[in-house]
Amino acid sequence: MASGLNKKVRKKPVGKMIIMGVVSIALYAGLLLNQDIINSNFGKGGIYAFLPIITAFVFSYFHGTFTGSFWTVLGVEAAKKKKEMK
Amino acid sequence: MHDIVNAASNFIDLNWINITYLFFVGFVGGLVSGFIGSGGAFVLTPAMMSLGVPGLIAVASNMCHKFPKALVGAIKRAKYGQVDWKLGLVMGVSGEAGVLYGAHIQEGIKKTFGDAGSNLYVSAAFVVILAVVGGFVLWDAIKTYKSGTTNEEEKATKLAKWVQSVNIPGTMVYFKSLNTKISVLFTIPLGFATGMLAATIAVGGFIGVPGMIYVLGAPSLMASASELVIAFVMGMGGSFKFALHGLVDIRLAMIILAGSLFGIQLGAVGTTYVKPFIIKLVMGVIMVIILFSRGLMVPVYMAQLGLIQPIAEGTVKILKNTSFAIMVFALFSGAFIVLKSIWSGLMAERKMSKEVLKHREV
Repeated sequence: MASGLNKKVRKKPVGKMIIMGVVSIALYAGLLLNQDIINSNFGKGGIYAFLPIITAFVFSYFHGTFTGSFWTVLGVEAAKKKKEMK
Repeated sequence: MHDIVNAASNFIDLNWINITYLFFVGFVGGLVSGFIGSGGAFVLTPAMMSLGVPGLIAVASNMCHKFPKALVGAIKRAKYGQVDWKLGLVMGVSGEAGVLYGAHIQEGIKKTFGDAGSNLYVSAAFVVILAVVGGFVLWDAIKTYKSGTTNEEEKATKLAKWVQSVNIPGTMVYFKSLNTKISVLFTIPLGFATGMLAATIAVGGFIGVPGMIYVLGAPSLMASASELVIAFVMGMGGSFKFALHGLVDIRLAMIILAGSLFGIQLGAVGTTYVKPFIIKLVMGVIMVIILFSRGLMVPVYMAQLGLIQPIAEGTVKILKNTSFAIMVFALFSGAFIVLKSIWSGLMAERKMSKEVLKHREV
């Protein structure tokens, strides 16, 4: 009964979590499997300084969305009363 | 170029134990940062150094994980209406100037007094700032708890009321978190001090958050959320500066980020379950415990500079290990309060919705 009501109120972002999770794993696999190439290029400095900054943004977008959906799917969400207060 | 080649060759080899360790420390750091706006960084740099990462690369890689983490946290907390973007950006830009100036002072001290002098300066800054600000924040949290006014809206301090009453034409800006106009001549020095502290002890938020609460009059929740914007602006500028010299080990930064993004989301959710004084309590507890951690190291650096009698090597080792253990304990104490608050909040909400459902069925 309770879960039925929850389904009506809010759909859990399972699909989003899976897609973002797969992309996130792929990004991390790419990073850890190509350590030599990454180290030699990212450590060059100068104009190559943009590489770590762009990487940080890309990882934070995919992994950030994944972790957000992960907690939502687990049922860890913001307090409802606070949301209503907004 | 020579330095750059050296920097890249200083990147450590990673194995699964290292990766798991960094992921876990990142998670706990992110949890605390999501809750109080900052505070995870102080343990991450020493954690990386304990794996053999050179100090400068540890600082640079920590900063490169901090800015994307802060951005994710700020976006999350903005959804709860807690972020004052304008205040965060204004203070973040002035904070950037503070970071550059703070780094310049550090370089000067290092040149004149060497590594021990630099370490003593950092530890002294830790002890003084944490004793004064941390002590005050903790005292305020305990006072609020004892007075039984934890449910009431936070009141602005006398200082904040005065700051809000000063009108300097041409400098007045409206800030959502303060719900009034104040002169940027107050926010700029505050941002600058936040940046200077960030360059010195890696956690600018220990000035930024209490500053926004007690000097400007922002509510605790909004101050800690807006600090994430400041951390993003300062962190991105700092990371770029380090990356220009090839000092960022992106693998370390992204592994810590992997854990810290789980933590920051959870910490941000946690803020919606707690009364504002809990934010101050977590911050005060962490600051006061770290005070002891850094305080232990002061005699070591003083001895290295010849200011006091030399200390035996065995004693130095014990002091170093105890200092690190206390630092970890500080972070875990904060994380424990955050997790406990989330758990009790979730349980109370579930209980309430079950009762509502029962009531509807009847």
